[in-house]
Amino acid sequence: MEKLAETLIELIRRTSVEIPDDVNRALIASLEAEKKGTIAEGALKIIEQNIELAKRKSQPICQDTGSIIFYVDCPAGFDQLDFEATARAAVTAATKKGFLRQNSVDSLTGKNDGTNVGPGAPTVHFHQHRAPEVSVRLMLKGGGCENVGAQYSLPAEKLSANRDLDGCRRVILDAVLQAQGKGCGPGILGVCIGGDRATGYEFSKQQFLRTLEDRNANAELDALEQDVLKTANELGIGPMGFGGKATLLGVKICAANRLPASFFVSVSYMCWAYRRQGVNLGAAGQIEKWLY
Amino acid sequence: MTALHTPITEEQIRALKVGDAVTISGIVFTGRDAVHKYLHEGGALPPGVDLRGGVIYHCGPVMMKQDDGSWKCTAAGPTTSIREEPYQGDIIHQFGVRGVIGKGGLGEKTLAACQADGCVYLHAIGGAAQVLAECVKKVRNVYFLEEFGSPEAIWELEVENFPAVVTMDSHGGSLHKEVFAASAAELAKRL
Ligand code: SF4
Repeated sequence: MEKLAETLIELIRRTSVEIPDDVNRALIASLEAEKKGTIAEGALKIIEQNIELAKRKSQPICQDTGSIIFYVDCPAGFDQLDFEATARAAVTAATKKGFLRQNSVDSLTGKNDGTNVGPGAPTVHFHQHRAPEVSVRLMLKGGGCENVGAQYSLPAEKLSANRDLDGCRRVILDAVLQAQGKGCGPGILGVCIGGDRATGYEFSKQQFLRTLEDRNANAELDALEQDVLKTANELGIGPMGFGGKATLLGVKICAANRLPASFFVSVSYMCWAYRRQGVNLGAAGQIEKWLY
Repeated sequence: MTALHTPITEEQIRALKVGDAVTISGIVFTGRDAVHKYLHEGGALPPGVDLRGGVIYHCGPVMMKQDDGSWKCTAAGPTTSIREEPYQGDIIHQFGVRGVIGKGGLGEKTLAACQADGCVYLHAIGGAAQVLAECVKKVRNVYFLEEFGSPEAIWELEVENFPAVVTMDSHGGSLHKEVFAASAAELAKRL
């Protein structure tokens, strides 16, 4: 367990201080595409400096180190209780080291005990698979961008959104419009079409585990992803909502079955400070391979 | 690029327009949800905190206590400002605030206070915690640490060349309103 604790602290550190390569590439491309001398370009330059500085100093990219969400793929028989206990201890240790801010508040008393551990914090999602590997992915999901997420129930009359793909497109783009720069754009959308109120948001977040370059295997969803990305970047919202070209860096959409009575479209917004990493564990709990 | 030094005069504020890039040097006080609610409910500023001509920063920094008891700021980006909309205008008026740093902008009530009292909203780069922490040269003091917890406390920061963009000015201008209207019109063409 000691080795696993060490691994998880290192996973938390790296997730908090380093942006994944695919996201960095997208940010550099949008900086190059932005009009020179604008405040939008200025914002992206500061973002690039910030990424470099955080990595060099091994300090959080953003001070909101976010909701701590683990996704664990494991074979049957894996001890989930042990893992969760170790993950909780690792979170508290990483907080002491300053890789995470004291970021978890008791919703009733308003008290922050500084451990980042409490009811529902951190969250660990386990998923069993047939393969022998254990892989642990971590997402640190900021609060500012979480606040601009939105769930639509179709039909949405005000937006002329019916229960079809065009209706989905309309509400997703409405979410981009309403978010403006408030979610620290340029952002990334994770979307789930269908599901219920809880699973819709849950699946929408899981889309953030895909790399930005990953294309959707479903042709219709792939077309929708590309279309929403292109359209959003024609709206002129820009980095931080300053106006400019880079409104979104990526759009990832999945679909889940729904009840005949409901049709939800759940949109999660990830800020440019897109913190996700993952590792495959060795038998002793050591890091065998980085996943992003 | 306009260089602002605290305390800031009304004249300097009135000269600023939406879209201007500025740097801020001097003293800024952090304050977010708990502080704004507290002040709005009639709470007093702690002795030593003077906001006249001053700057409030919507920020919950990461602070590390050093062996000598002093604090080091290791991350200090802005937090979303709109949550302070119910309180901000009155606080600007009551305490003589000249600048509010944050991200995402504020609403009509604050815009009216900026116009009436001579204040601007300074948009910092959201998420740029490290670049902005580098601008914090010294943590001078902390207030309400026990009551509100570290992210919500009032931290008194000495800053140098802190970069921001004026997105709400003292003449009724708001970049947020402009960009929203323009992007809504563009979207309508594409639906
Ligand atoms: S939205 Fe993201 S970048 Fe912005 S403050 Fe929150 S965590 Fe940081």
